[in-house]
Amino acid sequence: MEDEETAVSSGPADLNHVDSPAAVLVVEGATKFFGPVKALVDGSITLYPGEAHALLGENGAGKSTLVKILAGVHDADGGRMTLDGQTVRFSNPIDAREAGVSVIYQEPTLFPDLSVAENIFMGRHPLRSGKRIDRAEMMRRSRDVFERLGVQMSPSRTARGLSVADQQIVEIAKAISFNAKIIIMDEPTAALTEVEVQRLFDVVATLRKEGAAIMFISHRLEEVFAMCQRVTIMRDGAFVRTSAIGDLTIDEVIYSMVGRDIVSLYGDHTRTPGLNVLEVEHLTREGVFTDISFNVRAGEIVGLAGLVGAGRTEVARGIFGIDRVDAGSVRVMGQNLKSGSPLAAMRAGIGFVPEDRRQQGLVMEMAIDRNASLASIHELSRFGLIRKSSERKLASEWAARLQLKFGRFSNPVKTLSGGNQQKVVLAKWLSRKPRLLIIDEPTRGIDIGTKAEVHRLLGELVEQGIAILMISSEMPEVLGVADRILVLHEGHLAGEFSREDADEASIMRAAAGQMKASAS
Amino acid sequence: MSVIARPAVTAPARSSLISAILRFRELAIVVAVIIVFLLTYFKNPSFASVASVQQMLAGPAIIIMLAVGETLVIVTRNVDLSVGSVLGLSAFLVGDLFAHNPHMPVIVALLAGLLVGLVCGVVNGVIVAYARVPALVVTLGMLYIIRGVDAVIDNGVQIEPSQVPQSFVNLGSGTILGIPTLFAIAAVAVAVVGYVMKSFRPARDLYAIGSNPDAAVLAGVRVPRRILSAFAISGALAGLGGALWLAEFATVASTAGTGYELNVVAACVVGGVAIFGGSGTVLGAGLGALLLNTIDQALVAARVSSFWNQAVAGVLLLVAITFDRYVSLRAERLLRVEGAHRDQA
Repeated sequence: MEDEETAVSSGPADLNHVDSPAAVLVVEGATKFFGPVKALVDGSITLYPGEAHALLGENGAGKSTLVKILAGVHDADGGRMTLDGQTVRFSNPIDAREAGVSVIYQEPTLFPDLSVAENIFMGRHPLRSGKRIDRAEMMRRSRDVFERLGVQMSPSRTARGLSVADQQIVEIAKAISFNAKIIIMDEPTAALTEVEVQRLFDVVATLRKEGAAIMFISHRLEEVFAMCQRVTIMRDGAFVRTSAIGDLTIDEVIYSMVGRDIVSLYGDHTRTPGLNVLEVEHLTREGVFTDISFNVRAGEIVGLAGLVGAGRTEVARGIFGIDRVDAGSVRVMGQNLKSGSPLAAMRAGIGFVPEDRRQQGLVMEMAIDRNASLASIHELSRFGLIRKSSERKLASEWAARLQLKFGRFSNPVKTLSGGNQQKVVLAKWLSRKPRLLIIDEPTRGIDIGTKAEVHRLLGELVEQGIAILMISSEMPEVLGVADRILVLHEGHLAGEFSREDADEASIMRAAAGQMKASAS
Repeated sequence: MSVIARPAVTAPARSSLISAILRFRELAIVVAVIIVFLLTYFKNPSFASVASVQQMLAGPAIIIMLAVGETLVIVTRNVDLSVGSVLGLSAFLVGDLFAHNPHMPVIVALLAGLLVGLVCGVVNGVIVAYARVPALVVTLGMLYIIRGVDAVIDNGVQIEPSQVPQSFVNLGSGTILGIPTLFAIAAVAVAVVGYVMKSFRPARDLYAIGSNPDAAVLAGVRVPRRILSAFAISGALAGLGGALWLAEFATVASTAGTGYELNVVAACVVGGVAIFGGSGTVLGAGLGALLLNTIDQALVAARVSSFWNQAVAGVLLLVAITFDRYVSLRAERLLRVEGAHRDQA
């Protein structure tokens, strides 16, 4: 094993000449716009056969957009892409796959009802006479692939019930089975245990030895340093630098990723928090989050930061009682909260604004006023019948307070812009006069102007004595809005910062699991 | 590669048990049919007479035929509710053909029925696959449209037995080596379609579509085209079923096949075809139809009020679906907790 490792890394690791003709993939200046939003302004990366290449950047740095262009999911608006020296352009995922680019997404895309072997060969089953599927051959080839990867898996079992790690192995097997030259892994380790990560590393080493180029997206910097030979860093949709991994320290990487002054969208503020509204003690949901303890006081905004998959939303769902917890307690205003009951949480004065407002926060086809009153239906009804007039009154009151821009109250909510939809969700919960508002990604997909408005609104709410727990993936938002910041790393609390002590680099470090020593 | 082989092994043990249970679904139904048969036999020995057993096979033949096509549609996470009325339309039109051409060969009659169904199925399929209207709505609409058309064209006139040639009626009531011809035809359909569903890429695409539609697109499956074929085949088999209905009963009113769609869907579900798509076999669906029909006849033979038939079918349906859900939820939870413990180890 050791011998293999050194033999491999002595190859492409010391490729410092970027214009080497051996490059398998070169992307230069790729751009992508979504309406007025610039998702990618300068996507550039060069991959060599046999290297593991990390692509790093904060949430929103443009990594995913670049990956989707390579995968044929998005068509680039500009820039140039060459594969083995030929200019290429992928208009759909099949094009990309045929050209030898294979993407393993964070969420595996398997067919749960079908066998592992069939998952690998779907649409490309080996055939025998009469175009019939040759099952024996399919099983044999699957076993071969798993053998090459050095993993044990039965090709005949169904994909349902495979752990995320094993699902990824199946995805990798799929990539190998059509001889992908470039294998892109989007946060493959986010949901894996250490043993599983080790196994993935070994698989990657095998692939490199066979000459594949691996592009590896991860927030876990120690893994990047352990596994990759080169690293490309992006920031704000643009290429920052490509370096050999040995030329950089972790601190330099973090600086390159962050490296900007935070635009001061947010006024400076100091608040004096009041009594504890929410106390969470040793909350645990097995396999999801472990031993989470913290409090939120009246009149303060606590930010919950962390990487995608760290368990932030899951903790919120656990508190609100959507998901069962296995251990620990939640107290609201000193009273124990019954676990596993959203109704009890609502009665105790918790409001929950979910991340995905289209799916979970709103009934998109229903009228604005009806959506706004959904959570207060009991208060608005008399003898079990909803009074339209009071529903309208509630809606117009909150529409004024939140400066909602809309046509008529009877229009379906889906006719509103993202920011205004979010205001309707807020109105829905605020009309219940909550003591604690849990808000997940309050400004995702909202334009910058409305974003500031939502932030101002959150500020006003805490002024009035509400406690807010805010989950956010946007670093400037966390730093600018929260009074206190908790950082989750893989289901554990990895750090707590006051507003004064918090800066982007230290939060990134905690979120990437680089602060284990100081986390208590 | 030495250290790492271990973790992959723990999970499969338990879930292969679950897939084994699901795979044994067909066997379980056969056992259920035998138990029902024996219980009824003890209560009423005439239930085992040759005529009664032949009826036990011939009775569900048409439903089996329709369930074969329905399976293809349900596997893609759709449903075809128009099969009953397609059957009625086809039975009437084939009968009408006979009325005008008394010497039409049997095979032409069967093909005519198939063609009528195929046309209806293609219409369903195009609307579902390309206009992306939910199958429930499309096929329900089709059900009513065809019933309406049926009522208009038959104009209160029935197809009478005198209009159907004896050679065709023999198909409906005859036997081959003691096996009712109708059942033999249905069995051939199950065998052929069952083999195709196992052995050909386009058929496997249907499972992929129902199992994970997004992943199917990523895997290069031509989703709309496949869904269209599933509906076309379902329609064609329902049309063929209509011709067989004419052969079996020799008389057709505009209400022929009313309510069949629910029997057919029930047969599929009892037979282990997952209502949310992605899994299930043609054989299972056929056996499901056989079981439901056997229970029907058993209740009659046991002189239980026929009102109970549907209640028993309903109970079976609920048990089948609840069992499926229970197994998959339980598997999910076990795996999650197991994964967590593996973490700590």
